[in-house]
Parts: sequence; C-alpha cells; structure tokens
Amino acid sequence: MNQQVLVETRSLTKYYYARRGFLRRKGKDYVKALEDVTFRIYRQETLGVVGESGCGKTTLGRVLLHLVKPTSGRVIFEGQEVIGLNRKEWKERRRELQIVFQNPYLSFNPRFSILRSLSEPLRTHTTMRSAELEDHARQLLEKVGMPPDTIYRYPHEFSGGQLQRIAVARALTLNPKFLVLDEPTSALDVSVQAQILNLLRALQQELNLTYMFISHDLSVVQYISNRIAVMYLGKVVELISTVQLMEGGAVHPYTKALTSAIPEVIEGRKKERLALPKNVPDAARPPSGCSFHPRCPLAMEVCKQEEPRLEEMEEGHWAACHL
Amino acid sequence: MGEVLLHIDDLQVTFRTYAGLVYAVNGMSFEVRRGEIFGLVGESGCGKSVTSLAVQRILPRQSKMTGRILFDGEDLAQKSEAEMGAYRGKRIAMIFQDPSASLNPVFTVGNQMVRIIRFHTGVSREEARKRALKLFEEVTLPDPERIYRTYPHELSGGMQQRAMIAMALASGAELLIADEPTTALDVTIQAQILELLVELRHRQNLAILLITHNLGVVAETCDRVSVAYAGQIVESGPTGAVLRHMKHPYTQGLLAALPDPAQKGKDLLSIPGSVPDGASRIPGCPFHPRCPFVLAVCQEVQPPLLRVSEEDHRAACHLYTTN
Repeated sequence: MNQQVLVETRSLTKYYYARRGFLRRKGKDYVKALEDVTFRIYRQETLGVVGESGCGKTTLGRVLLHLVKPTSGRVIFEGQEVIGLNRKEWKERRRELQIVFQNPYLSFNPRFSILRSLSEPLRTHTTMRSAELEDHARQLLEKVGMPPDTIYRYPHEFSGGQLQRIAVARALTLNPKFLVLDEPTSALDVSVQAQILNLLRALQQELNLTYMFISHDLSVVQYISNRIAVMYLGKVVELISTVQLMEGGAVHPYTKALTSAIPEVIEGRKKERLALPKNVPDAARPPSGCSFHPRCPLAMEVCKQEEPRLEEMEEGHWAACHL
Repeated sequence: MGEVLLHIDDLQVTFRTYAGLVYAVNGMSFEVRRGEIFGLVGESGCGKSVTSLAVQRILPRQSKMTGRILFDGEDLAQKSEAEMGAYRGKRIAMIFQDPSASLNPVFTVGNQMVRIIRFHTGVSREEARKRALKLFEEVTLPDPERIYRTYPHELSGGMQQRAMIAMALASGAELLIADEPTTALDVTIQAQILELLVELRHRQNLAILLITHNLGVVAETCDRVSVAYAGQIVESGPTGAVLRHMKHPYTQGLLAALPDPAQKGKDLLSIPGSVPDGASRIPGCPFHPRCPFVLAVCQEVQPPLLRVSEEDHRAACHLYTTN
C-alpha cells in the first residue's frame, strides 16, 4: 500500500430538508446527514467506515459515488474534482468507482437474467455485443467463484451469499479502481460472511483495488481495514489505523464505547463494558456543541458549548474531542 | 438453577411446499430451566425459529409436527387451540427481531399495553395503566408517562424492543422466547437490551430462550447453549464449557469464521459449502458433507448426542463415540 491519494473529500456536507409538522407553518427543518467530512483514501488500502444507524456512513458512500448530490463540499478522485462534472465527463469517470450494496436481492432487477445485469454496464460504456459480453460475464463470475451457467439464471434462484458474489462481479465489470462496499456482509450468516470477506481480500490483491468498507460491525471492519473512520451523527469523530485501534489507542470516548460494546467470545468470561446511556439523538435535532456530549461519560462544560474540530493528534491519527 | 420449565423432546417439523417436503426440524431436543438464559444458536435454516413457533403452536397450516413439547409438565403438542390460549402470550411470551414490525402502528404504546394487560387479567383501565407504567419502568424506559402516549414510530429501535419486552412480561410470562432480539439494533443499544434481559432473569426467575446466530451474544448472556444445524442439536452444554472446549466441527467452524482482527492479513476459516436447504434428509450426520474430519461412519450413521466432558457438555459427533 503506497501513500498516493486516490479519493479525497473536503468539507463534504449533506443536509436533507424535511418539513416539520403536517402544515407548513412550522417551517423547514433539516437533517444533517453529513457535516464537514474531510478525509483521504490511499491507493490499494481499505478504509473502514464504522458507526451506528443514522451516522451518515451510507450517505457518505452514495455521495462519493455521485448517487446523491452533496449540499456542499468537494470530492476529488485521482486529483480531479468530481462534483460539478458534466454528464460526458462523469460518464468517463464513472467506470472507476463502483459500489456493492447490503441486500443483494434489492440491488438486482429481478426480471433481468444475471447475464443481462452483468452486461448492462458494458453495453453502456463499450461497444461489446453478444458473444463477447457472454464471455466477459463468465470470466467475471469465475473470478468470484460462481459457475459459468449462472448467467442464464435469475436473482431469486440464489442464496444471499451467492448473490452477493454476483454483485461483486457486477461491480468489477468495468475494471474499477475504487469500490465502496456498503454493509456487504451484514445480511449474511457468519460462515458465508467469511467466504465473502476472503473473496474481497483476494480480489483486492489481484486487481489492485481500493476499498471503502462501510459497516456497523466493528469486528468485521477491524479485520478487513487498514484504517478506520468512526462516524457519529454525520461527523467523523476519529480516524485511526486499525493496528492502533486494536492496541487500545482510541482516543474518542465513542470509539472506545463501540469497541467495548461488541459482544465477544473470550473464553466464556464476561467482557468489561462501557455501556452508553440513552439513545442516538434525532439527527434533525442534534445536541449543541459536541453532538456526543449527552452520552459521553467524560463530558465537560466546554463539550456542551463548543464543537470540537477534527485534529491530527499524531501522524495519521485524527480525533474530534476536547480531551 | 431452577427446575425444568420447557422440555422439547424429539421435535420434528416438516412443511409441505410446492417444491416438495421441507424438513425444517429433525429431532430437536433440549430443556430450559426457570431462571436461566438458554441460547439456541445457529445460522439461517437450522430450524431455530421454527422451533420457537412450534413451542407456541403457531406454525403455519402446511406444517406437520411430531414430538413432545412439555411445559411445566404438560404436553403442549397435544393441546387444542382453546387450551393453548392459556399459554400463548400468557405463560409463554415472545419477542421478535424487528420490533417495529410487531407493534401496531396506529395505537400508542400505552394503549397496546393496556389492551394486553386487560385481556389477560381483566382488571380495570386505571389499574392496567398503573401496571403498564410500572412495567415500562422495569424495562428502563425513560419517562414512562411520555412513552405511554407515544406511537411506535416515534420510538427508536432500542426503545421499541424494550416496549416489546414490557408487553411480553405484562401477562406474567414464565418463559420468554426472544428470537434474535438485538440483531436489528445498533451495537451499543444491543448491549443495553442484553443487560436488561439478564437483569430480568434474576428479578423474576424468568426463563429465557434466546435464539441468535451470534456467538458473542451467547457468550455474554447465556447460561447454557445448544448449537443447531439442519434441524438438530449438534452440541450443547454450559456456555463456558462449550465455548472453551468446542467439540463439534460445526461449532468450531462457526467460531473460526468470526472475523478476528488478530487474523488480519490471513484468510478467515470459512466452512466450505453451504447450509442444507431442508429439501431432503441427509443420511448419517447432517454436517458430514462439509466436515473437515468426516469419517466413513459419518455418512451412514447419525451420531447420538453424547456427553463429552464431566459438565453435561454434549456433542453429536462420531469423533467422540467410543468404538
């Protein structure tokens, strides 16, 4: 893994406007799905993005892929600004960024054969036809460990794990450089998850891919990522290398709580837990100052008033906390 | 540990489908005692959910069931619909994976509680309301008066699940069946709900049958555990003993497949093949097609569940049957 930057975001922000109340008189309110998100992803690394529901990780993945337009901020891919490209320019770039979603049954058109689903990107971007498309599809399927006759079948005929492999094959159709994986194994059983994770790692090596792996499951993220970005209510609260995180180097109280909340099989002993009180607040009405302060065991006065900035604590380790 | 409350004896459940018979449960046997949390662990298709439905006799019409379901000495498998009324929802309660799908969206939480209480006990509205508020407090819902007046969609997943637990306990259940109660919840909330279940067990001598696919959850909360595969129990015993000295190759495979950050850079050990779909009965040991230690006898003779250590730790595997 070299240190060249592949994807970069600067102050990425996404607000969703929502009307409050039944009648318009209550005025506009907005949900801050992403707030001032800035980070880099280096070539051939896997950046894990972790956080609970409502933290913005899925929105982040979609904004990077241009599936959702940000309210403000920049996304830079291989040095080129991505937001604001015209259709033609974007169509070129599009091939290099792909995505795999959580539920494969919802990401395939049930009326398309696998062949059709896999060849659609190629029809759009190249002049390949018929026999060539079939060959290409079969090769892709082989790469992900699925038999060639898969192309004649339909999504509902496959198990979740199998269909997710096909989803990975589809994402690889145009030889992308960057793959966003949005909770790719959350809907799968443990042993199937293991197979998919092994596959992803092998493909990364073979095809020099860069991954952004989004998940709420910290143990999976720790296993597969080189670095991890922890998100809470639309903001990145910590950015740390996996090695450091595993050595207990987390600084932000939320990261520590997440790590301790994972139920673990440690020889039958009970794990020491940092239980967080209350629930994740409503994203439309985030707390003042540091949005984590109502649940933070170490909250101080300043935390209620001032929002902490994401600062580099030591090389490669960023945290947004007043401590 | 208290006396045996639920005793499942050689339960078999088959479904008639357009594609033929599906053998969902094939000889499931286990016991749950008062005051203990019993874990039933397995992946999709192992028959754990079907078993829980069988206990309450709410299997669909196309099913056929044999075996005994002894609850406090009475065989529920022999009861009529009318007789089951005294058990279902009353002495045996159940909570499901997705609380938002189990709560009626058009009634307030308080209203639903009161209906349940009055249905089972016939007390007045005021008395039912008082009991409802008390139950909300017992499941640590903040501000019970306010919760009483809210609609399910206004509550977070964690709070909805607590409300479900409160409803399940409203009738004075002795056995609580929890089917993947925390799978749909965030990790930090999951921790809270599990702690709540553990506490309730102590307070009310409640027996809890916890169904999950997550070994970590089992390690944290269960006193005893049974591992299910293809509709049968392949390993069982006190949680500590089972997790420390896993005997059955499937259990070992499940644990090995868990992403362990310490395994970074190495492939996860996944179990080859996939879980059987129940369309046919596998001869001999159901796990033999995927077992790394398979012997000739495994393909023909089904291994009995035998003790493998002093602590009532049992496994169904020919590796341990003495020749």
